[in-house]
Amino acid sequence: MTSPGSGAAATTSAGGAPADAHADWRGVSTEEDDALTASASTFLRGRSRRLLGELVRPHRRSLWWLLAVVVVQNLAWLAGPFLIGVGIDSAVPALLDGDSGPLVWTTVALVAAALLDTGSRYLFLTGSGRVGQEVLLALRRRVFTHVQQLPLSFHERYTSGKTISRLTSDVEALAELLDEGLDGLLTALFSITTIGVVLLFLDLPLGLVALLGFPLLYLVGRWFQRQTTVAYRRTRQTIAALIVQFTETFGGIRAVQAFRREPRNDELHARLNEENRQANHRAFWLIAVFVPAVTMIGNVITVAVLGYGAVRVMDGDIQVGVLTAFLLYLRRFFDPLQDIAMFYNSYQSATAALEKLSGVLEERSTVPEPADPHPLPAPIAGEVVFDGVRFGYGAATVLPGLDLTIPAGQTVALVGATGAGKSTLARLAARFYDPGDGVVRLDGVSLTRLADADLRRAVVMVTQESFLFSGSIADNIGFGRPDADRTEIEAAARAIGADGFIRALPEGYDTDVRKRGGRLSAGQRQLVSFARAFLADPAVLVLDEATSSLDVPSERLVQEALRTLLADRTALIIAHRLSTVEFADRVLVMEAGRIVEDGSPAELVGGTGRFADLHRAWADSLV
Amino acid sequence: MTQPAENPADEQGRLSALRRLLPFARPYRGLIALTFTGALLATLAQLAVPLLTRRIVDGPIADGDRGALVPLLGLALLFGTAEAALMFLRRWAMGNSSLAIERDLRDTLYQRLQRLPVGFHEGWSSGQLLSRATSDVSTIRRFVGFGAVFLVVNLVTCVVVGALLVVTYWPLGVAVLVTSVPLIAFGLGFEKRYNAQSRAVQDEQGELATDVEEAVQGIRVVRSLGRSGLVFGRYDRKALRLRELQLTKVRTLAVIWCMFEFHPQITLAIVLVGGALAVNTGALTVGGLVGFVALFTVLLWPILSLGFLLAQAQETASACDRVGELLDAPLTVTDAPGVQPAEVARPARLRFEDVGFRFPGAGDPVLAGIDLDVAPGETVALVGATGSGKTTLTALVPRLLDVTRGRVTLDGHDVRDLPLSQVRSVVATAFEEATLFSMSVRENVTLGRPGASEADVEEALRVAQADFVHDLPWGLDTRIGEQGLSLSGGQRQRLALARAVLGRPSVLVLDDPLSALDVHTEALVEHALREVLAQTTALVVAHRASTVLLADRVALLQHGRITAVGRHSDLLAEVPAYRELLSSSAELAGAGEGGAR
Repeated sequence: MTSPGSGAAATTSAGGAPADAHADWRGVSTEEDDALTASASTFLRGRSRRLLGELVRPHRRSLWWLLAVVVVQNLAWLAGPFLIGVGIDSAVPALLDGDSGPLVWTTVALVAAALLDTGSRYLFLTGSGRVGQEVLLALRRRVFTHVQQLPLSFHERYTSGKTISRLTSDVEALAELLDEGLDGLLTALFSITTIGVVLLFLDLPLGLVALLGFPLLYLVGRWFQRQTTVAYRRTRQTIAALIVQFTETFGGIRAVQAFRREPRNDELHARLNEENRQANHRAFWLIAVFVPAVTMIGNVITVAVLGYGAVRVMDGDIQVGVLTAFLLYLRRFFDPLQDIAMFYNSYQSATAALEKLSGVLEERSTVPEPADPHPLPAPIAGEVVFDGVRFGYGAATVLPGLDLTIPAGQTVALVGATGAGKSTLARLAARFYDPGDGVVRLDGVSLTRLADADLRRAVVMVTQESFLFSGSIADNIGFGRPDADRTEIEAAARAIGADGFIRALPEGYDTDVRKRGGRLSAGQRQLVSFARAFLADPAVLVLDEATSSLDVPSERLVQEALRTLLADRTALIIAHRLSTVEFADRVLVMEAGRIVEDGSPAELVGGTGRFADLHRAWADSLV
Repeated sequence: MTQPAENPADEQGRLSALRRLLPFARPYRGLIALTFTGALLATLAQLAVPLLTRRIVDGPIADGDRGALVPLLGLALLFGTAEAALMFLRRWAMGNSSLAIERDLRDTLYQRLQRLPVGFHEGWSSGQLLSRATSDVSTIRRFVGFGAVFLVVNLVTCVVVGALLVVTYWPLGVAVLVTSVPLIAFGLGFEKRYNAQSRAVQDEQGELATDVEEAVQGIRVVRSLGRSGLVFGRYDRKALRLRELQLTKVRTLAVIWCMFEFHPQITLAIVLVGGALAVNTGALTVGGLVGFVALFTVLLWPILSLGFLLAQAQETASACDRVGELLDAPLTVTDAPGVQPAEVARPARLRFEDVGFRFPGAGDPVLAGIDLDVAPGETVALVGATGSGKTTLTALVPRLLDVTRGRVTLDGHDVRDLPLSQVRSVVATAFEEATLFSMSVRENVTLGRPGASEADVEEALRVAQADFVHDLPWGLDTRIGEQGLSLSGGQRQRLALARAVLGRPSVLVLDDPLSALDVHTEALVEHALREVLAQTTALVVAHRASTVLLADRVALLQHGRITAVGRHSDLLAEVPAYRELLSSSAELAGAGEGGAR
């Protein structure tokens, strides 16, 4: 175990020394710009404030109610000093005169005020807690749903680590504001207003002296706001970078350990962590200046009131009791200012987080759901048509112009070298992307006109990466059709030949894939994801390299299953191993985004084209 | 091995968990001392104002002496300034120490997690790890920087002011002290409950983070099956549960808070009655009562704050427990004490001697009685059905997992008797899934050998046929997406292969290295790979005859045992199980049949 001391030493050297040969480890990419122009900054602020407004709006009634509770609570709380003042000025002299009545009544009033104060405090704390949690829940739901809808291109660009940091760390920054802030703010605002009024009412000249501090407070507040806006933005960025580093390290821990990446990662993490510390340090420094400044202003005013008040008492303008009460109130006048300072601090921090969250929420899907979806004619036949489809990633055109009709029920194999555009074509068919020009149709309906639920019921794509979710194997297969029962799940696994290995697992279908010993090999995971697709039972099945990690017997089983499975449905299969191609009705050879050969496997093998060459090379590779 | 606590409520209310923070606080004890001093003195400076008020009321006001007013006011201003200055000092010192402690704790946690065995990581979702490294560590920082200081300062304030109250007028002072006894007893009872509740909240936050992570990383599957609703439902259930747990916690906190708010106010009423009676008997002056009351009001905030400060301490204690579970997890794969690097030739001899492996707590071993001798420079292919233990076997060589029986040797040295760093530099691995990180291509390829020369990198890229990287916008400096998602499967696999062959390691372990390549590229890679394999000892997991042909010999793995070793053609002719697994003739026959149809 590393001692904290050595960690600190490492970070100092990493943070301070730019003499790092691999300073550019992260590589070049188009990145968001840290330095913002003034107008961009204002825009971001506005956007984040709008989001906060939208989140809070549904709770307006609760907030009014809470405000009323705060009013009652503060009145009760403020009654304390007033009653003490009354007690000293009237009850004590009355008692000295032998009349204990006023003292009894003052005491009863004090106890009543304490009960009222405590009761309403309870209502407020639980009430504001509920509103806070509702707001967080709404935000969590909203961001989660939104991120789910964003296209793959967004996820590829944004990286999962950053998305995770938005949904965890940034949401928690708002939670902090709601936990600590709302309470402080409402109480403080109300206290300051009422105490201000009470002060003016108690003694106008003294009250005016007390209010003198406000212009100064305003100036200090302005300075604080400007500085913290920048500072907190930085903290959000640095924590996100830290989270990205963290999730990637432990997502790829095998590679990290096998390649002795740990020391280098320690260094990178230490640097990011130190950057995060510095960003936080800047924010801390600002509060360290701001809060004492507010206190100082309060103290100067208190001394002024004390001096002026003493003179007024000596002049006989006010009584000692009034001055005592005034000073007690004054303390309660300036203490909440610190609460406001702290609230403002949490607010600034939360706003920076909301800037990032609203940025994600502003991302529009490039494959939006149609507002007025076209129903798919039932039953779904599965005819897929590419009509003048052009597609490119950024400037690079991948498909210059594609016309292709796949009649319902046909099994089409796509063959070609890496980068020929096979995967792009498959992704267009599953509407992971929309074409730049032209249109992709299913049974005559443009994919862009279909409701997502309809589209996904009709078209399912199985890719090379077979992601498994935490839960049992059965859960993972059931993901293909959530209403499937255990028999159907097991039938699907049996059909593609996954039943054997699943039964051999410690707990069979109930084995948790995230528990030790439940870890599946790449081939086993491909089988599970096949079973998942099999269970989903779509009209159109798109397989992108979905059998690459299978051993020969497993692949054979899958192929046999596919023969039956694909008999009556449309399929688009990308496979490097041409064995899969053999049972296709039709083979398309692609090159540079164009279809250069099109025919039945037999025709093409017998011919002299590229596929014949490929097939020969493949047959040779089998030996 | 530590697992997330099933029932955290069992051992509750252990503020002793905070002791774990001491080693982290030690380097910053100077700053922490400064923080406490600043906070204490600032609090004392605050006390000056009520005391001075009393002096002014009893002195200049009573005497009508305006001249005596000025020095007292000057004194008040001085104390006021001191309070602000000390407050700054406290915040400054606090910021420096608490942020440094947070950083060190997080660095230590990260470093520790990186060194925990692969077995540990398979049992923990990374969402739980993440929530511990971020939320919990931040909770600890907040407490160290604020709660701990004020818990102590406010307790000290209570004691000091209590003493002053006793000194001012002892009967009333003692009465105030007595009233605090039931508060403390009642408060502690609730704190225990709060501890369990905050632990539940923290655990649920980790669960939620796990869901987020899976939903984001599995987005392709979710999207292609159109299961956003299902995934959202799962997440939503946890989010709702989190809200319920949070609300329970809020209610407990509200009770604690209210108790600590109610108490000083009732005490104030007692003070008034008692004080008035004392004034009545002449035991106390009116000025004395005013001073007493003013002094007591100084206590309002410290008492009130004890409620939530103790709550915060409880929350931090459970955060410490959560972080501690990770820090305490045993490092099962480590350097044996006093290991020395030994001579390992290039290429080295790799031997498995009666090797067995069993996952902890699992019944049947995954591997048993494995004997395999790979001569220096030899390439052995490992063939077996899905789930036969091939990947587990390969993980034993670079000690991602340790054997539970027998031993694995490199040039006769048990890999467990060699420094871990040496084993992992001698052995290079390409995994069945190509793991790439969101950093430059160069950094990804030179992962294990940061000092690799440009020529070495080029050579590795050539062997792996990964020249496509030169066509990326910034060449080798292009940042490739996390998990290399913007690259195709074949491209990722080639980069992972380049990483493994970089610097021509003594022992190469390749787990199905060519599965995602198209036939043409596969042939090119095989051709280039042969040169590398000629000079290294290699263990290659193979599913295809084409990959098997890279090897000199083949070992057939069935149900965790090696059942046959020999040349490909011999095994094909003699071992039916092998033929079944790799029979190219069957595949070819199928192809021919299909072609003829």
